[in-house]
Amino acid sequence: MPTPYDDMWEKLNLDLAAHEGLLQVLGKFYGDIYLTQEGRLKGMEYLDFVLSEVHGLRIKELQEAKAQGRKVIGTFCVFVPEELVLAADAVCVGLCAGAEIGKEAAEKILPRNTCALIKSFVGFKLSRLCPFIESCDLVVGETTCDGKKKAYEIFDEYAPVYVMEIPQMKQTCDRELWKAEVRRFKERIEEVAGKEITAARLKEAIKLGNRRRRVLQRLNQLRTAVPTPISGRDVLLINQVSFYDDPVRFTAKIGELCDELEKRVKAGEGVVPSGTPRLMLSGCPMAVPNWKLPYIVESSGAVIIGEESCIGTRNIRDLVDESGDTMEEMLEALVDRYLRIDCACFTPNKERLQNIVSMAKDLQVKGVIHFALNFCQPYAIEAFKVGRALEAAGIPMLSIETDYSMEDVEQLKTRVEAFLEMVR
Amino acid sequence: MTANSPLVAGIDIGSRSIELVLLQDGQVVHWDLLPTTFDPLGQCRSLLDRVRAARIVATGYGRKLLLENLDHPEIAAITEIQAYALGARRLFPGVRTILDIGGQDTKAIALTMDGTVSKFEMNDRCAAGTGKFLEFMAVALQVPLEKFGDFALQADRRIQISSMCTVFAESEATSLMARGESPANIAMGLHLAIVSRTLAMLRRVGVTPPVLFAGGVAHNPCIRTLLEESLGESIQVPEQPDLVGALGAALYGQKLVANE
Repeated sequence: MPTPYDDMWEKLNLDLAAHEGLLQVLGKFYGDIYLTQEGRLKGMEYLDFVLSEVHGLRIKELQEAKAQGRKVIGTFCVFVPEELVLAADAVCVGLCAGAEIGKEAAEKILPRNTCALIKSFVGFKLSRLCPFIESCDLVVGETTCDGKKKAYEIFDEYAPVYVMEIPQMKQTCDRELWKAEVRRFKERIEEVAGKEITAARLKEAIKLGNRRRRVLQRLNQLRTAVPTPISGRDVLLINQVSFYDDPVRFTAKIGELCDELEKRVKAGEGVVPSGTPRLMLSGCPMAVPNWKLPYIVESSGAVIIGEESCIGTRNIRDLVDESGDTMEEMLEALVDRYLRIDCACFTPNKERLQNIVSMAKDLQVKGVIHFALNFCQPYAIEAFKVGRALEAAGIPMLSIETDYSMEDVEQLKTRVEAFLEMVR
Repeated sequence: MTANSPLVAGIDIGSRSIELVLLQDGQVVHWDLLPTTFDPLGQCRSLLDRVRAARIVATGYGRKLLLENLDHPEIAAITEIQAYALGARRLFPGVRTILDIGGQDTKAIALTMDGTVSKFEMNDRCAAGTGKFLEFMAVALQVPLEKFGDFALQADRRIQISSMCTVFAESEATSLMARGESPANIAMGLHLAIVSRTLAMLRRVGVTPPVLFAGGVAHNPCIRTLLEESLGESIQVPEQPDLVGALGAALYGQKLVANE
């Protein structure tokens, strides 16, 4: 079926027939998982719209920005300081990595036992199905795990890749390294964008980044009400969309959604009955459209009220200090803020264990479901310590390892249901 | 027993067989089983048609199928984990650890002192190390499945078979045969491989005695012997190890009746 975006997609060199198939599958998947929910907020219509136009209107906006001379910078990781991108008047977008797309193509150049997220971004590119990647003037990778690190070397042949070195410890020398990396990134962005990052622009960008984090913090605060006024699936979607959408518009729209939530909370209205077991997710990021586990959990009679994940609290918990005025002060503030990220790529990583336990306690969840992608060693191995830390706090944990395929859905349901029987 | 007390059915719809247990006033008054076949729903119906249960509780991988398709006013479903916990405690009240090896999955369950589930592990999507694996290997060695354990116990030495994948283990067995290894020794190697995989799962939940071994594979004397050897203590095997899940489901149904 022809769409108003066909010309644009063709110019971006997408595989049009396969892309149409992808959008159909996604639309159906979204309908089944999202539109079947009862008592959804009116504010979610915006998210429905953004998602339905994720490869359409949003891409058109990117092309318009490009036509005005602005550059598009793609990222895969919450470690990339978006403030520097925004300060160079460039557009920052999270890249497609949450669907089992182009797996066979990806497996031609990557080992089969590579995590689904890496296979996905490589697959999207090789099968020419991601208009975001095709719009990018620069794709920023990072050395969080060995899989990504080595995959970027290969990916470099297909896209304009730039890699940031992420330290793996948090000692003084690591902070020095990270600071040098932030400076190197700033220079590269200025070069690609053809614009100088001034102190005034960076200050604005820092404030914008914080405003978006604050609105998501507000959302997370509101959802803790009993009964919870919004499903975990919807909050995950909002977090996912935060990586794609225009930050100013997104912040305003989620602010409105929070106003609606506030009214609901005051009226004591929830999306689930008040006795519904409340759980928290922890672990690997769930990139669009990876809604598999939240859907299984919430269709088994529980509700998710927190995501300890890069597409969740890890991305929004810490703000950048806004008090600095000079470039030096602001870069220091960025370095500090980003080094507080408690990704499993760090060793040791006690902060993460503490953060998980305190989050689970604050949210008063019945249990935690730890999610690791198959072959994601940092998170899969750390799951053991997470389980220990939670056990010591008297909080049950279910550890799940899975990928984007649907073949293990029934087994996962049995596990999740048995976990619910256990914690109820 | 009054003639009016309700019959409560527990039905465990597994990948290989479907078991039915009927309780009345807390006592097992009837049990039955059928192979699952390609028509599990039809098999469930024929099991249930023979009895008149006032309440049905389904468990096993087919529990949702029955829940959604059987026209019965009082039907509920619980997972195998909970069903085995309930069934095991009824048969052996002090039990703390349950191992269930069924047709295509393996479960290790740790129970608290009062019998609630404190931790569980299940195998992933692959059926390696389950009843299905034994079935394939028995066919490869041309031994009837129900004799396979005794056959393996005739081994005169223990060889290691490292592969747990059904396909690879079969080729490993074939190459051992080509090297002149006796079929009994190969069978023993295959049993050892299952037990070592199972122990890893058991140790993840923690092995607190007494341990109960259930599921269809508990019929196999070689697996039982090797498990006891490795754990260094005796394990309990119910007289009818395949009925534990159905019994647990029926007990759950009885609780529902009592709570009404």
